[in-house]
Amino acid sequence: MKDHGAMQRIVRELAAIVGDRHVSDAAEERYLYGRDMGTMPPAPPDMVVLPGTTAEVQAVVRLANRERVPLVPMGAGLVLSGLTRALAGGIVVDLKRMNRVVAVNDVSRYAVVEAGTSQGMLQAYLKKHHPTLKHSLPDAPPMATIGGNVLIHGSGHMSCAYGFHSDMLNGLEVVLPTGEVARIGSCAVSDYWFARAPLPDLAGLFLGWAGTTGIVTRLAIKLFPRYPFNDVAIFVADDPAVIPDVLGRLTAVQVAEDMTAWMTPKPAWAAGHQHVNICWGGHSREELICKRDLLRAAVRDYIQARTAGFMPLPPPLKKRFTRLPDSQLTTFADVRKGGGFEYVGAIMPVDLFAAAYRLGVRVAEARGVAYSLGARIIGANHCMMFFFAYAFNRADDADVARAQGALEETNREVIALGGIPWKAEAPAQQAILARMDPSTRELMARLRRAVDPNGIMNPGNWETER
Amino acid sequence: MDHAEILHRCFRCGYCKLPGNHVDLNCPAYLESRFETFSPGGRMWLLRAWRDGELEASERFQRILFSCATCANCTEQCVFPKFKDRLLDVFAAGKAALVEAGRVPPAVRDYLTAVFDHGNPFKLPPKRRTLWAEGLDLPRFDGQAYLLWIGDVGAGDPRGRQMARQVARVLQRAGIQMGILGPDETSDGNEAAALGEGELFSHLARQNIARFRERGVRRIITLSPHGFNALSRLYPAHGGDFAVFHYTQILARHMDRLAPPTGGPPLAVTFHDPCYLARHNGEVQAPRRILARLPGVTLQEMDRSGKNALCCGGGGGNYFTHLLGEGPDSAARVRVREATATGTAVMLTCCPTCLAMLESAAVSQNLDGRLRVCDLAELVMERLDGCS
Amino acid sequence: MTELRFDPNLCRACATVDCLVRCQYLDLDLPGARIEKDLILDGRPSRVLTDCVTCYGCEEYCPHGNHPFYLIVERQEQLGIQPAPAPITRQQLIMMGDKNDAPPARVQAPVIHLCAFPMLAGGIAGPLYEDASVIAGNDIFCNVMWLHFARNSVIRERLPRVIARIWERYLRDSGVDEIVCYHDECYATFTRIAPAFGIEVPFRCVHLFEFLAGRLEALAGRVRPLKARAVYQRPCSNRLIPETDRWVDEIFARIGVERVARRYDRGTPLCCGGVLYAHQRDDLGDDVQRRNLDDMQAAGAAFCVFNCPACMLSLGEAAAERGLFPIFMSDLCREAVK
Repeated sequence: MKDHGAMQRIVRELAAIVGDRHVSDAAEERYLYGRDMGTMPPAPPDMVVLPGTTAEVQAVVRLANRERVPLVPMGAGLVLSGLTRALAGGIVVDLKRMNRVVAVNDVSRYAVVEAGTSQGMLQAYLKKHHPTLKHSLPDAPPMATIGGNVLIHGSGHMSCAYGFHSDMLNGLEVVLPTGEVARIGSCAVSDYWFARAPLPDLAGLFLGWAGTTGIVTRLAIKLFPRYPFNDVAIFVADDPAVIPDVLGRLTAVQVAEDMTAWMTPKPAWAAGHQHVNICWGGHSREELICKRDLLRAAVRDYIQARTAGFMPLPPPLKKRFTRLPDSQLTTFADVRKGGGFEYVGAIMPVDLFAAAYRLGVRVAEARGVAYSLGARIIGANHCMMFFFAYAFNRADDADVARAQGALEETNREVIALGGIPWKAEAPAQQAILARMDPSTRELMARLRRAVDPNGIMNPGNWETER
Repeated sequence: MDHAEILHRCFRCGYCKLPGNHVDLNCPAYLESRFETFSPGGRMWLLRAWRDGELEASERFQRILFSCATCANCTEQCVFPKFKDRLLDVFAAGKAALVEAGRVPPAVRDYLTAVFDHGNPFKLPPKRRTLWAEGLDLPRFDGQAYLLWIGDVGAGDPRGRQMARQVARVLQRAGIQMGILGPDETSDGNEAAALGEGELFSHLARQNIARFRERGVRRIITLSPHGFNALSRLYPAHGGDFAVFHYTQILARHMDRLAPPTGGPPLAVTFHDPCYLARHNGEVQAPRRILARLPGVTLQEMDRSGKNALCCGGGGGNYFTHLLGEGPDSAARVRVREATATGTAVMLTCCPTCLAMLESAAVSQNLDGRLRVCDLAELVMERLDGCS
Repeated sequence: MTELRFDPNLCRACATVDCLVRCQYLDLDLPGARIEKDLILDGRPSRVLTDCVTCYGCEEYCPHGNHPFYLIVERQEQLGIQPAPAPITRQQLIMMGDKNDAPPARVQAPVIHLCAFPMLAGGIAGPLYEDASVIAGNDIFCNVMWLHFARNSVIRERLPRVIARIWERYLRDSGVDEIVCYHDECYATFTRIAPAFGIEVPFRCVHLFEFLAGRLEALAGRVRPLKARAVYQRPCSNRLIPETDRWVDEIFARIGVERVARRYDRGTPLCCGGVLYAHQRDDLGDDVQRRNLDDMQAAGAAFCVFNCPACMLSLGEAAAERGLFPIFMSDLCREAVK
């Protein structure tokens, strides 16, 4: 812990790097940047800095290294699991000033963006300048950053077709914990950011590490054709046990861009039912209908047996399910008129769907927590991000504690089932590490020591040696 | 403070920072600062912390609160039904609590003191309040169809005065029978209310309403959308029951009364929607209807227009207090850059505050030779008179 | 008490079997229709019971007013034939279920019954609806939709409650004994289905069209003829009350709208398709919608007039894409009265 004088000196040095206006050690910023919207207890930083360029990030990192001050990289701070809290104090590096779209390659279909570029702004940029292209949007608010979401292995509305958002990463520019700027992927060799292959894939050093291995400043992501026509269908069944088979049949058709299951006790008509939203697009109405018919054919057995089927969805009602981003999801935070929710997003094999569903219902009902469950399918049924979302009233400490308890139990049970919590809270990271192959854990530790010898990067996260 | 019971319900999802089409940051204070604390959500959480004793009302805290431009982008974009409608009330209540506690930035204090002492923030003596109308042959209100309400910025800001003259002239040209209060006009209190000085606002509202009644005013045309907001939306709670119009609404109705424009060279313009007209009061069509009646004039919309417009940064008293700053990320400078991106050389608006803010920003941005900022009425008069 | 009033002898003796022969979807000739009719009467499986699109057309075609369609639904339910998958039906049952949570309210005539569509209340405004009261919500949902889901039992269970609520919650203590049914469904429920099941209705019902025609007559001096051509989407529920279709002509005449002749209007209307999708018959739904829209478009009208919210949901956007302005009959009339 630095003394006050040293901290003041660091603030002045940061101001010299980024300008007075873009650094603060005021109580207001320390308060707000010390917490997120989830249930994790606050952990305030000593100061917050807003760099505007890679060079500024580099200078900030070098300063932090010299002073042995922790750095906490931050995008929109919307993970909900407290990954941008300053668990050991230090400097929160808010990257949202770095929000430029650097380049778009129409032919090879990728965009190079600064890490703080928001999902909404890239979406709007592409709509205006490259209307035939789109990127995969997560179910996060539009302020969520491209960088943050890719680096936590996010997923989104094209994940059924193309996998995790980290699978859509072509390359990145990163400021290493020791201050060097490295380029990963084709951009390390070429002016083009077209792929991570065929090089040794060093992107893995930065994906899923919760900001403990460097600060990514730029990245290239894949873009995809934007269909002029889009459609959605909702398949409804009663029995969670049939869902893996349903998903297997639907994904086998390989026309869906997004496939997401949802189960919620409210409204009453949804309770006890398993819903699977299937979104697809086409270049013509005929193509849409053709794809719809293929999807229907895949689950014809269920329809003919009258045990499951598609919800009637007139065109105006479809808009609710095809709007991106879907603001309706955010409003789950207010189901208890309390402004809060957090979820365990468990990456799991689809086989575990029914067990995960039962787990969520059991935990939520036993603890009296308002809940919503669901699963985004990643790839052709390759795995799923099963979410257990629990709402709470931020003004009611007991309610927050109830939700926190539900999250902890869910994390534990998910690991026991064979899943892995995604963007896990620091305690859940420890639970994962406890279950991890020891050699893997040691490899993580060794890599971390190698890239961050002074241990300044987001300490408290992925602490392999605790 | 009022509305404290909903502070915790802000999730801080950040929809409030963006316009509906997400093209860029649309909260002036957050745009300029980029610290989460200056976003609407940040303000909500900080107010809660202050109420709970976790934070002091420091100078920075005050600045965070009072730099809100009350542009209502947050209320427009917040995704929580009903809750969203109260966001500006929450911020006003927070500012009111700071006013009550005597913890306000000096610039805010000076503004409120000037309005209290002089009836206007420019400290104009009554006689100078009519500078804008000199030579216009505008009678005092004496039972005409309309009262023309100028407001503080129209009377006190040099650019505002120019606009006021042209608005009055074009309305006269359209045959609108109207009078003014002249030296008897005082602040309408819109900014006082936005700054949380509810008592001062109530005093001004009651005073003005009494004055309107004494003179038999029934219908009012306002120069400024801020005055339009105060008189049409805030005064009814104090007994005001007048028919209030923004000047563009009257002009749009009576464009056919004006002598047929002679045309003039083709002119591409862009239009900046004032927050207190578009978002606060839902009027986005009247200015565009006027433009559509001007031969040769074509409108190039900015990426953010109508209810998605970026504020000029002058609302919530910021025109007077300058708490938002004038740096390259200030809303006004971003906005004039956005205007130039449309490829037009003329940026129109219909609010004296926006006009002054944007014209000043164009100069700061070194665009004064390339981008002309003017009021809609000024353009109409030019086109009517056949000059460009 | 809620036995279906259906005369099997009359049905057996029927020479024309119009109910099935004239069906626009089943393609049955008279001999085939007789066979299927007898199977239905005997309570045995018939392809009619599985293939019926539930367009209600047979109710209109039966020359004896013998409720062949209600019998079809009765048999579907008895034989466990589910037009829609079980979870879909179950969801609809809950979605449209009553909560019995609205307080009593004083009303005054005319009382406009908006059924389960309170979102349409904004349209009950202007001179046409002067002094009108509006009642709406799931608690007074007419429940006719269960005919599409082989659930006469639900109508039997819920309809008496709905009728009692309308009467006790709104009309009785307000001294009003009449409602104006905004939707064909409701008018058909209270004037046809309830009697067919022996359910008493203690109030009188006026069809919206009759009400509008009367108001338009009273306001004749304020009517601005629209001078427009319109196609009309006659809803399935109107086939339970075919005599009210003439009001469409009268209303159109009063507001200066031409009801453009087309193949799928009047006695041969096509389903909007919504129910077909709920029945998982997308191919048929696509085909029916396409034929209907082609027919509308070929008619060369400016408006596509609906009275059924479900039809509007199913076809409104598609009609707009074909250049037809989709509009409710009530809104069209309001446009004409300034």
